[in-house]
Amino acid sequence: MQALIQQVISGIASGGIFASLALALVLIYNAMGLVNFAQGEMAMFATFIAFTLIDRGLSYWIAFPVTLVIAFAGGVLIQRVVIRPVERAPVLTLVIITLGMATLINGLAGFIWGYVPRSIPSPFSVGTYSVLGAVVSYQDIGVIAISAVVLLLIYLLLQRTTIGLTMRAAAHHPEASRLLGVRVSWMLALGWGLAAAVGAVSGIMVAPVLFLEPNMMQAIIVYAFAAAVLGGIESPLGAVVGGVIVGVTVNLAGALPFVGGDLELAVALAIIIAVLLVRPNGLFGRPSVRRV
Amino acid sequence: MLASMLQRIRNAPPRYWLVVVVALFFAGLPTVVSSFSAGLWAHALIFVIAIMGLNILIGYSGQLSLGHGAFMALGAYTMAILVSRYHVNYLATIPIAGLLTGVVGFVFGIPALRLSALYLALATFALAVVTPNFIARPDKFTGGNHGIILAAPDPPQFAKDAFAAVTGTPMTGDQWIYYLTAAIGALLFWLAWNLVRHRAGRAMRAIRDGEVAAAASGVNIAAYKTLAFGISAFYAGIAGSLYGIVTGFVSPETFPVTLSIALLVGAVIGGLASTAGPLLGGIFVYYLPIESNQWVPSQSWIPGQIASAVEKAGPAVTYGVVLILIMIFAPNGIVGLIVAGYTRLRRRLRGVADRDIGQMPPASQTVP
Repeated sequence: MQALIQQVISGIASGGIFASLALALVLIYNAMGLVNFAQGEMAMFATFIAFTLIDRGLSYWIAFPVTLVIAFAGGVLIQRVVIRPVERAPVLTLVIITLGMATLINGLAGFIWGYVPRSIPSPFSVGTYSVLGAVVSYQDIGVIAISAVVLLLIYLLLQRTTIGLTMRAAAHHPEASRLLGVRVSWMLALGWGLAAAVGAVSGIMVAPVLFLEPNMMQAIIVYAFAAAVLGGIESPLGAVVGGVIVGVTVNLAGALPFVGGDLELAVALAIIIAVLLVRPNGLFGRPSVRRV
Repeated sequence: MLASMLQRIRNAPPRYWLVVVVALFFAGLPTVVSSFSAGLWAHALIFVIAIMGLNILIGYSGQLSLGHGAFMALGAYTMAILVSRYHVNYLATIPIAGLLTGVVGFVFGIPALRLSALYLALATFALAVVTPNFIARPDKFTGGNHGIILAAPDPPQFAKDAFAAVTGTPMTGDQWIYYLTAAIGALLFWLAWNLVRHRAGRAMRAIRDGEVAAAASGVNIAAYKTLAFGISAFYAGIAGSLYGIVTGFVSPETFPVTLSIALLVGAVIGGLASTAGPLLGGIFVYYLPIESNQWVPSQSWIPGQIASAVEKAGPAVTYGVVLILIMIFAPNGIVGLIVAGYTRLRRRLRGVADRDIGQMPPASQTVP
């Protein structure tokens, strides 16, 4: 029983990481109906920036927000330079372009920082805390807390502020918004910036657990895909719930002997395929209606 | 009889001549380059075969697969297990690997029918990422992370004799595999060419350009979409089995997600939905890392530190930049650029000639 609670809590911690990245995917999907295959690599790049800042002597809690600001700017820049020229292109074209970005960012990180795995310090002290008799590390608790705060902030921004309302309006009804004076294209750029920053949180959170290297996010992005698909790819709340479910499921499945650590990723693939076949709109998505 | 044949040859469209020239080039290549280079070209042609299949799927039927490395892995392991465990002749394993992979691809295409293009991309990407883990799991069967080592095949006597008669040197294993790959590639090229120019190809293009309209015109959408998946997996399976034969070794690391992405890059660069595209794209993606790894360290003005970084990261950066630029500026790839350039050139030349003899250019030229 204790072991179960322990697995569940560390599952929630990884779920928080998946949820942040899945939320980033959802933000971009909502803005332009596109799954951003480069999201994981963008997060990895931001994590390298955080690592460099800390390496230069900045304290963790200063480097963290500074990185988020840089990631935000980077996301806006990518939207302006790469995505804007093809905004109206078919989805196949857009997917291939984001894959190109993923490859490019991966290569750039390898070029700048090399492929030697680095350990990045954890901001949380190495201790444990007892929850319901189970031993839980401060690391896990810290990750859960930070993820929760970030997700709450995004929720407040989207639902409780004018800028959030404008962003949602621009995504859902671009023409009407334009008539009402919303600068739709800049709202998309804002969405990309926001997604990049949220994704960066997941990268920085996961780096102390894994080792930091250009391919760090390759597995995490698959978990995030699973989380986003499970939650219904257009629902921010769904991404969070999906993230936690995927995190806990994968952690529990990994403890089973016939799955083991090496097939945890296959569990994510199974979730993706099962959801797409049984309930393509996920837990919180609305059925899509297509006019022919 | 002879006259009518000559007549037919004289009237053949230029693209047939192009095919003949390309075929002659590839037939003669190993007699002039080293055996080692022939081995490299065999690798490149294997990429070409896999990309031909991917091109049928993406270019003609409009379904995006980011997981074709997984189908190549299936083909390679089918070949390797049959050869190493059951001592089947390696030549016989190539069609078996192709057919088995084709059937798996066909079955995979059935659930894929229900997915939108975006979700299909997502699911196949996840498949490509998981593939190495999947392979390593049944280690009794696949050799786990150690992989399976295969003996290099020996060229058969007739090929040895023929090659020695032409070049005067005995044929090496690499050269034999090159010819094997080139022959299979030519056969598959012929197959793909016929496929896309006839009923199935038209149906696939109709589905790609407008599924509803195609269905309304009586095209069986489900049948052709799964067929496209099956055929393209068949190509990938053949390519995978040849890949295992030419490297003499298969392991989970042979089939990383980057392999699937490289195949996609090749299909896009060469030109989607073009017959010649896969050839150019396959050669490009295979030789880019090799050539850049030779060229960059040889340049003394590039500092050693940067050179070693370029060696590892260079291909990824180039692939990424090229993918983005091609999709934005030349969605029809290299072939599209060549065709556009050729049309422009011909129009200009003809325009000049018309002016010389004092005639107005034909009216059709004024219509873009």
